[in-house]
Amino acid sequence: MTDLPATTEALRRVAQDPHRLGRLAHGREGPVPGIGHGETGPAGKRIIVGYGFWIFLLSDIVIFSCFFAAFAVLRNATAGGPGAREIVDVPRVALETAALLLSSYTCGLSFAATNAKNLLWTQVFLLVTGLLGLAFVGMEAQEFIGLAARGITPQRSAFLSAFFGLVGCHGLHVTLAGLWLLTMMAQVQVKGFRPEIIHRLICFNLFWHALDIVWIGIFTIVYLLGATA
Amino acid sequence: MSELGFDRQDFEGVQDGREDLAPGDEPQESAGHWVLNSNLGLGFSIVLTVAAFVLAETHLIYGPAIPVALIVLAIAQMGVHLVFFLHVTTGPDNTNNVLALAFGILVVFLIVAGSIWIMNNLQHNLMPMDQMIRMQP
Repeated sequence: MTDLPATTEALRRVAQDPHRLGRLAHGREGPVPGIGHGETGPAGKRIIVGYGFWIFLLSDIVIFSCFFAAFAVLRNATAGGPGAREIVDVPRVALETAALLLSSYTCGLSFAATNAKNLLWTQVFLLVTGLLGLAFVGMEAQEFIGLAARGITPQRSAFLSAFFGLVGCHGLHVTLAGLWLLTMMAQVQVKGFRPEIIHRLICFNLFWHALDIVWIGIFTIVYLLGATA
Repeated sequence: MSELGFDRQDFEGVQDGREDLAPGDEPQESAGHWVLNSNLGLGFSIVLTVAAFVLAETHLIYGPAIPVALIVLAIAQMGVHLVFFLHVTTGPDNTNNVLALAFGILVVFLIVAGSIWIMNNLQHNLMPMDQMIRMQP
């Protein structure tokens, strides 16, 4: 029973406390711990921190949805310039997608190592995550430079403004997340697995995975739909 | 939990040491659960991503159906990421997260669908720009 997966654990809690009252059902008294309401007091700080960062992530995703909306509205406003089909390089997008997906995977593994309190593997997986993120940003920068060399810049048309705005905003997020990752590696190395460091690692994990979710939208809507349009 | 003055095992029959926490304590998470989730997430994501690229690049399915298929695959992959990488579950600890996510999805839907709807309507009802310029005195 000591290593119940979190989901089984959650199911057991729901069975015990179906109406989320914070105590056992069927007239038997006694609180159900750790759910953040009822008689047991506040939820753990880990859960509160995760929730707060989750709210931030959702607001960030709302920002991205505005860029997506602008792109969807302006996708045909090419002003006689190049359309989506002319600027999409599918093999490069496939490589970028692979890099970001694998970095999400190694990010999850790094947190598994954090849970096991293993400093070496935490650092190794964070480093691999950072290198894959760097590869992603590098490929995107190369793409933008190549487009600029062909005279395809944000000033050319409304469609290109929306394109560079959306993809560039995501690239900027990945770059900043990379800086955060380096900070976290230094903090883990110097300060060790203190609770607040682990909370920051949780937030970093959430951020990195959320960026991958946004990229799913970008490679589907901007690149693949653009290439087939 | 000792200050609550009862023996939890009498009530719940819980053998799980993880739950013996004071409010504010950190529960122990198991590394194996995260590795398993990451592996499953990567596996599902690879299948869905490869499917999206193959469908977009080949004529495997009926052409006009490709955009719908791609969007369905993208939504499925976002779900996979939410469940296996972001660990959104149905558990009580996650109730608030799920409610916030539902609200976020509503806002995203309103922004994207509303923008497309309004701007299409505007474009449909406005005079084309070249005609408008010709009407200037």
